[in-house]
Amino acid sequence: MTTPAATEQTQAEPAGAEVAAEDQPWQTVVWNDPVNLMSYVTYVFQKLFGYSREKATKLMLDVHHKGKAIVSSGSKEKVEGDVAKLHAAGLWATMEHTS
Amino acid sequence: MNVWKRKGATVVATMDRQEAAVLRGLVSQINDMLMARAEEAPQDELAELTGIRTGPTTSPDDPILSRLLPDFHRLDPDKPDKTEQDSAAALRSLHEPELLEQKTGVAEVVLETCPPGGGRVSLTFEQADAWLSALNDVRLALGTALDVTEEMPDELPEDDPRSPHLGVYHWLTWVQDTLVDALAGD
Repeated sequence: MTTPAATEQTQAEPAGAEVAAEDQPWQTVVWNDPVNLMSYVTYVFQKLFGYSREKATKLMLDVHHKGKAIVSSGSKEKVEGDVAKLHAAGLWATMEHTS
Repeated sequence: MNVWKRKGATVVATMDRQEAAVLRGLVSQINDMLMARAEEAPQDELAELTGIRTGPTTSPDDPILSRLLPDFHRLDPDKPDKTEQDSAAALRSLHEPELLEQKTGVAEVVLETCPPGGGRVSLTFEQADAWLSALNDVRLALGTALDVTEEMPDELPEDDPRSPHLGVYHWLTWVQDTLVDALAGD
């Protein structure tokens, strides 16, 4: 791996059970599209979020098979930034309020 | 072209003249489209005073640009939720200038590092990441223009007008995929 980003450790761990839902009011959704490569999508998830290869691969497969995956969650500002980074990488990402 | 190889802190490959010309041509075209979009951005005195740039509030009409610059919310094309539509407009206006800058930036990296006459391409990891994004943008553009689907065959019937372009698309896919392998490999 070239970049399991040590700089983004706060994002590397999924939200623990103790985190109340109101602290994670927004989520980042990545949608399937016919162009993006499975290898590239996995690479982007690792690089942008510091996820392990296993976690990144699982999310990529969810996008591929289920049509979408929630790849991060948190405050509006955090999720907005995540969507912007995914757009720069060319992934089809949107944000939504958790219902 | 041979496959990308890691060499110390770089990745290297060799492209022939025609491959370099095709890649540079496509990257330049996308770059031009993105720069034209950037020039359409509204100019106002307040933005000049504050230095806070604002982009357009609506998605580009062109399907290629629209794919390269997606909305921040998934809107129902028939009856979009008003709140989400307003929010998507505000977020686009806020983020699109930077997104355009990032996309033209990675295109510039390809144009600076891919020799016009072909030959050896040697990239730092940072430059290689820029190549991945730029290659992806070109594939998104071609994929949109060719109406690529997940079940796209390797070749189309000869009388299909998209047939010659699909070969270029598949080649770009190979270039991107092998570059990911070179970067992600141990």
